[in-house]
Amino acid sequence: MLNIALPKGRLGNKVYEIFEKIGYECPEINEKSRKLIFENEKTGVRYFWVKPSDVAIYVEHGAADIGVAGKDILLEYTPDVYELLDLGIGKCRMAVAGKKDTRDKIGKTLTVATKFPNIARDYYSSIGRAIDIIELHGSIELAPILGMSDVIVDIVETGTTLRENNLEVKTEIVDISARFIANKSSFKFKTAEIEALTEKIAEYLKREGK
Amino acid sequence: MKKDYSDIFFGTGEKAILDMRSLYESYGYKKYKMRKFEEYDLYLENKSFLAGESIITFTDLNGKLLALKPDVTLSIAKNAKLKGHDAQKLYYTENVYRESRAGNEYKEIMQVGLEYIGKIDLCVLCEVISLAAKSLHTISANYVMDISHLGFASGLLDETELKQSAKTEVLKMLSQKDAHSIAALCERENVKAELSEKLIALPSVYGNFKETLRKAEKLVVNDKMREALSELYGIYGVLKNEKPAKNLRLDFSITNDLSYYNGIIFQGFVDGVPCDILSGGRYDNLMQKLGTPAEAIGFAVYIDLLERYFKDSAETDVDVLLTYSDKDDTAAVLKEADKIRKSGKSVRVQKSGDTKIKYGEKITFEGGAENA
Repeated sequence: MLNIALPKGRLGNKVYEIFEKIGYECPEINEKSRKLIFENEKTGVRYFWVKPSDVAIYVEHGAADIGVAGKDILLEYTPDVYELLDLGIGKCRMAVAGKKDTRDKIGKTLTVATKFPNIARDYYSSIGRAIDIIELHGSIELAPILGMSDVIVDIVETGTTLRENNLEVKTEIVDISARFIANKSSFKFKTAEIEALTEKIAEYLKREGK
Repeated sequence: MKKDYSDIFFGTGEKAILDMRSLYESYGYKKYKMRKFEEYDLYLENKSFLAGESIITFTDLNGKLLALKPDVTLSIAKNAKLKGHDAQKLYYTENVYRESRAGNEYKEIMQVGLEYIGKIDLCVLCEVISLAAKSLHTISANYVMDISHLGFASGLLDETELKQSAKTEVLKMLSQKDAHSIAALCERENVKAELSEKLIALPSVYGNFKETLRKAEKLVVNDKMREALSELYGIYGVLKNEKPAKNLRLDFSITNDLSYYNGIIFQGFVDGVPCDILSGGRYDNLMQKLGTPAEAIGFAVYIDLLERYFKDSAETDVDVLLTYSDKDDTAAVLKEADKIRKSGKSVRVQKSGDTKIKYGEKITFEGGAENA
């Protein structure tokens, strides 16, 4: 039996669709209920939905053998897991954004508002810039508008929110997409099962041209 | 019949520690006892060798900065005194003080380990690897030991013109079996196609020792890689007929800090524990850094993980709960308890009343029980 942690929300639904198409379906999952765990003994899978930022934690602690998590989460929390595939979905960019028409004053410490303090710290230390971090949990875009921070480090998908609030991308840090991850120990003891699933996903991605 | 309490000890990892100790003693390894603290300088200079950054420090009466030991290998390596052809075979069971895996607090962690310092040949390699495998076996028969040779991946990286920082990045991706990121990095840094192909293939070179060795042969591009592979062939040749052979795997995705480690490295997993419970390898480079040019190999077992993931198997706290009241004759109560114990059951004697103890059977002492 493979325990699979899926991220709640749009990305998770897309991922489940892929799993369904390659033969790991679990019809129960589409029924409306308050159940947390969905199992299909025939296909040997047990799915559960968790908060997207928690997928990596479930996998690292072995509660899930495998899971799907955004690269942003993997970069931020650096869990000790295998990153087996790039699923090529949920694509976006991690970027520095700030108010339009403002210029970066290099001489001064930059205030950065972000949900991803580790990614922000790593990026700015790689370019040797002194920063102060303000950690927020949502509506990051507000920070520069209200003057709380100079810039933000956040995920940018289409850039609509930024544009509507008179903000713009200043620098792109890294490309983000959903990754197929596995617990290291599970990989040793369920090698054949995980390999089979990985191969099927890889074939599917190839077919779809992702 | 005496009750066997070993299952209860096992829950805390104590039985595994005892088994490992007698295993090491039977191979002629001697116990190494170290002080609780060392001079802070030792750890400061080798900070990246340690798993975590944080060390508990304090000043001694002369104003010297000391540290509660976060690691044992460094002390053993530093204090190694080698005379001529003599080698040191040591093992330890020590508490080390580290930042907890979750961070934010210090933890006392029980560690068992083994170190060999001296000339290393095939015999030594095989002995240490088989001891590591047998250590895992004391924990669970369902274990896997992954073996790799650092010379293999670093030999391949030597051929590329990547900067040191990029090489470190590749090694990290390798340890995550992250082939797609290696591919992206190779493209970004314009690595030659024939080399990048091999780098991308490396994470998927794992599995059964014999087959994987054959797969790995196709990746060899220089002497360093050839030597690494021939050392692995040598080990396989010796260990293939030994008992742990079926649990040994080759996996080139295991890596470690090249400034301390070189040569053979390995990691052990047992079913039910989500991360590696044993980790080890050859660390000539560390010896070099500490000013004792010597060869060395060793491993450590993280006993604290056992406590966390192997739940107490007993469903009850005690087999029999024997209750008495104030009126009862104490001597008779204790005698009765001993009588039950002789039948092989554990007995807890307690005054009658509410209790949270989980017991298999409850016996209320009655004055005339021995007549019954």
